[in-house]
Amino acid sequence: MESAGRHTHADVVVIGGGPAGLAAAVAARRAGAGRVVIVERDVRLGGILPQCIHAGFGVKWFGEELTGPEYAGRFVKQAADAGAESMLETMVLEITRDLRVVAVSPRDGLVMVECGAIVLAMGCRERPRGALAIPGTRPAGIFTAGTAQRLVNIEGVVLGRRAVILGSGDVGLIMARRLTLEGVKVEAVVEIMSYAGGLARNIQQCLRDFDIPLYLGHTVSRVHGRDRLEGVSVAPVDDRRAPIPDKEWFIPCDTLLLSVGLIPENELSAACGIELDPATGGPIVTDEMETSVPGIFACGNVVHVHDLVDHVTEDGMVAGEAAAAAAAAALASASGAATAGAIAVTTAAAGAMAGAEGGARAKGGAGAGTRTTTMTGTGAGARPAHYSGRAGVPAGEGNGDGTSRISGTRTLGEIRPGSNVRYVVPQRFVQGGERGGGGRTLTISLRPSEPAENVVVEVSAAGKVLRRQRKEKVRPGEMLQVNIDRRTLPSGDGVVTVSIVSR
Amino acid sequence: MQGTRATQSMTVKADVAIIGAGVVGAAIARELARYDLRVVLIEREVEAAFGTSKANSGVVHAGFHSTPGTLKASLCVQGNAMFDDIAGELSVPFRRNGSLMVAMSTDEVGVLREHFEQGRRNGVPGLRLLDADEARKSEPGLAPEVVAALYAPTGGVVCPFQLTFALVENAVANGGAFMAGSPVTSIHLRDGRVAAVETPEAIIETAWVVNAAGLFADRIAAMAGDESFEIRPRKGEEYLLDKRVGSLVRSTVFPVPTAVSKGILVIPTVDGNIMVGPTAEDTRDRLDLTTTRAGFEAVFAAARRMVPSVSPRDIIASFAGLRAACSEDDFIIRPSRVARGLVHVAGIESPGLTAAPAIARMVAEILREEGLKMRARRAFNPVRPAPVRFAHLSRAQQARLVASDPAFGRIVCRCETVTEAEVVDAIRRGARTVDGVKLRTRAGMGRCQGGFCLPRVMKILSRELGIPVEHVTKRGPGSVIAPYPAKALLRESETRSTGGEREVPAGTMAESGARVRAGFRTAPAARG
Repeated sequence: MESAGRHTHADVVVIGGGPAGLAAAVAARRAGAGRVVIVERDVRLGGILPQCIHAGFGVKWFGEELTGPEYAGRFVKQAADAGAESMLETMVLEITRDLRVVAVSPRDGLVMVECGAIVLAMGCRERPRGALAIPGTRPAGIFTAGTAQRLVNIEGVVLGRRAVILGSGDVGLIMARRLTLEGVKVEAVVEIMSYAGGLARNIQQCLRDFDIPLYLGHTVSRVHGRDRLEGVSVAPVDDRRAPIPDKEWFIPCDTLLLSVGLIPENELSAACGIELDPATGGPIVTDEMETSVPGIFACGNVVHVHDLVDHVTEDGMVAGEAAAAAAAAALASASGAATAGAIAVTTAAAGAMAGAEGGARAKGGAGAGTRTTTMTGTGAGARPAHYSGRAGVPAGEGNGDGTSRISGTRTLGEIRPGSNVRYVVPQRFVQGGERGGGGRTLTISLRPSEPAENVVVEVSAAGKVLRRQRKEKVRPGEMLQVNIDRRTLPSGDGVVTVSIVSR
Repeated sequence: MQGTRATQSMTVKADVAIIGAGVVGAAIARELARYDLRVVLIEREVEAAFGTSKANSGVVHAGFHSTPGTLKASLCVQGNAMFDDIAGELSVPFRRNGSLMVAMSTDEVGVLREHFEQGRRNGVPGLRLLDADEARKSEPGLAPEVVAALYAPTGGVVCPFQLTFALVENAVANGGAFMAGSPVTSIHLRDGRVAAVETPEAIIETAWVVNAAGLFADRIAAMAGDESFEIRPRKGEEYLLDKRVGSLVRSTVFPVPTAVSKGILVIPTVDGNIMVGPTAEDTRDRLDLTTTRAGFEAVFAAARRMVPSVSPRDIIASFAGLRAACSEDDFIIRPSRVARGLVHVAGIESPGLTAAPAIARMVAEILREEGLKMRARRAFNPVRPAPVRFAHLSRAQQARLVASDPAFGRIVCRCETVTEAEVVDAIRRGARTVDGVKLRTRAGMGRCQGGFCLPRVMKILSRELGIPVEHVTKRGPGSVIAPYPAKALLRESETRSTGGEREVPAGTMAESGARVRAGFRTAPAARG
């Protein structure tokens, strides 16, 4: 096998060195994982943060306002201090259901890593122009907002003199301000929906403060210019979101930025058969951030697109800690020397460590001694399907009676989006009193389908309302979270529904 | 490899000058490279295939569409038969996936029969008429409304620009010269015979000129005083779908044709995408490469009628190309009746890609008949080494490659898994632009459409070509991507006025992130 590249082992491999991956690595190490390796495709850690030179990161997590590079810097240091390793300029080519990662880099060549657990933290990518099929020409000067951000902030080039931005996602809003500060005249931000996609504060600070007009219910209806962009036609849209031709007008510009949506980057996940949620574009995960493939966890924007990096970090912490526990269980199971009890002890120790070092920030998750997993060994294909996707079905093959802690099973409940809810994360939760104890809370993240005012976020199960949370205003651009007391969660055929209803 | 780059008014002596490095001109250059001739291939764009050949359906037609007795019919069937050899020699992706013309009503079954007969007369091998069950059995993705189909096993798909690049490379490897970025400005005649071709940078002295100028073939003819035909461009819009939709169909699916075109097809491209199109719209503007709402709607309505699972939700790219249709019903492949030594290869619309290898052979015959002395080149090597496609190799092969060259370990394009080494190789083979790199390596052709690789490809082009990154273009002059270095506009406005124009002082951006932050009201949080 020498010819097929270098082989190595790690307890936890984290794919992606952005905020989610860094947090997962930190948490995994703190939870006792031995070798934790972050695989990062760029030349530096931090993911997208190094190009986000604006401020506003970390208010929730650190209680202070940082720039992207500063926020990344803190976690890069924490990861190093915690003893996590990193492989830079390394692209993962493949992950397998038996927990191998194949990656390639100029320095290490082709590497195959056998892992105790994998954490997916690949983040998201931008929806390109092609997906919109805007009529017109295909000149130079059209960029997705994030690519433009990289070109301006990392590569140090200016893209043009006059810009129009299509889409009011946050990256586009941030870039409207950034281009203005670089001497570019931003003529307009054009949004097809009747409401802005980005955070309200970004509308204020990036557009209004710079007198940049925002056209809601409008779109770019045509692109002009053969070699370089010469302008765009802008028009209001009708009920079907089609541009109204006779209300079209022309804006001369040489640059068009697109901020028209982010898509969780799940090529690797899909290729290894991880079940994806069409609503989020990311893997279906449990409250421990475990995917449908046992031992593979996911966190951050690869699961669903977050608004705030602080929430990404929280996800990463949960996933990293759970991955460490899974890796420990796998190791014990593989060695054959350990008993279930020994695993519980190991996990308990890990959990205690996490608790001491900031695990308090993590939501619920793998607590001390409470974890039961479906790990059944390390052989290829030996792992049973860990949940069937149906609620209330005992998952795993094991001995099927739900008693074994290692090869055995656990029952997953399902969380479903109800009225005016586009999606919920997690989509599954681990049932059973032993792990839900201690008054721990389960945090559900959700996004509304449509903006609404004076509403209640309602969580219910089996016809019983578990929790009601009032909201003045909800918008698809702002993620909501609701906390549930685990003890109130249903057992048996548990389906929890989250709805947004009027008050 | 990229051939001679002429300096000011350089004089080049050639035996044959070919104008136009589309697939037809490139095929002619490669055919003539079999002989002991000094061949110069002249192209107005900065790279080969940057006209009609890059915006082509990539279908290798079986030959049942063309009227018997026409050049289109005979050259299509001949060209089709040459594709296995040519694709093999040049290492160009090619697959005989079969062509299927479907009838959506009993009225259309008669049209299928006519095409079956027509194909037989044209010499298309293996044609079969299928009933509804047979058709759907061979293509489960077809609509239930399909009542019958005509199947041609020799139909295929090829990558039209890869083919063109490979032809040019092989012509150059066999002694040909390629002059890109060289629009022909005039043709010199002496005593009614061509004497030279002039570009802004060179005069190519030659007694033989092949006019393969595609959309501009009539203008080239007119430069020699020949106004015997006119190019009437016909636009076609195409929409490319994400690979994740899989192979909705195996064969290329055709409707029964209309008066002006073969209709809107569902094409499983050789690269594994589904492509739908093209429309057919006459236009006077030879630069009109716009896509339109109407075209989009027409394409999807037609494609979904035949293959209902085709969806506009899966579009990753759209583009338009111009067919170089002409005032005559058939291809124009003949010596000029006005200027001796000039051979026209014009009006090469569909099935021009398929016919290209046969056209090239025919042009060589015409030149011989007209008096060009052609002696076989002993050293002719028909093989063009395949560029490495890292993504297609086994893990063991990948490991060996990276061990031999670390640049194979640096993935530049994540969607198509293209390495830095492949990009560098593409530039050595002639890529000069971001689009050129894209068409050769597929970097930027995947679902993110260059979002990830663009900055990386720009840097590699800058480094390999020895130009500042601000000079890197998308597809040649005028298409610069990032025209200014950082702060250029701020310095400009600083010198133009002394404050007041902008709220933010020009120096702000030079400061650290912390300083920039101080310029704003602080926010509770911003997005990651």
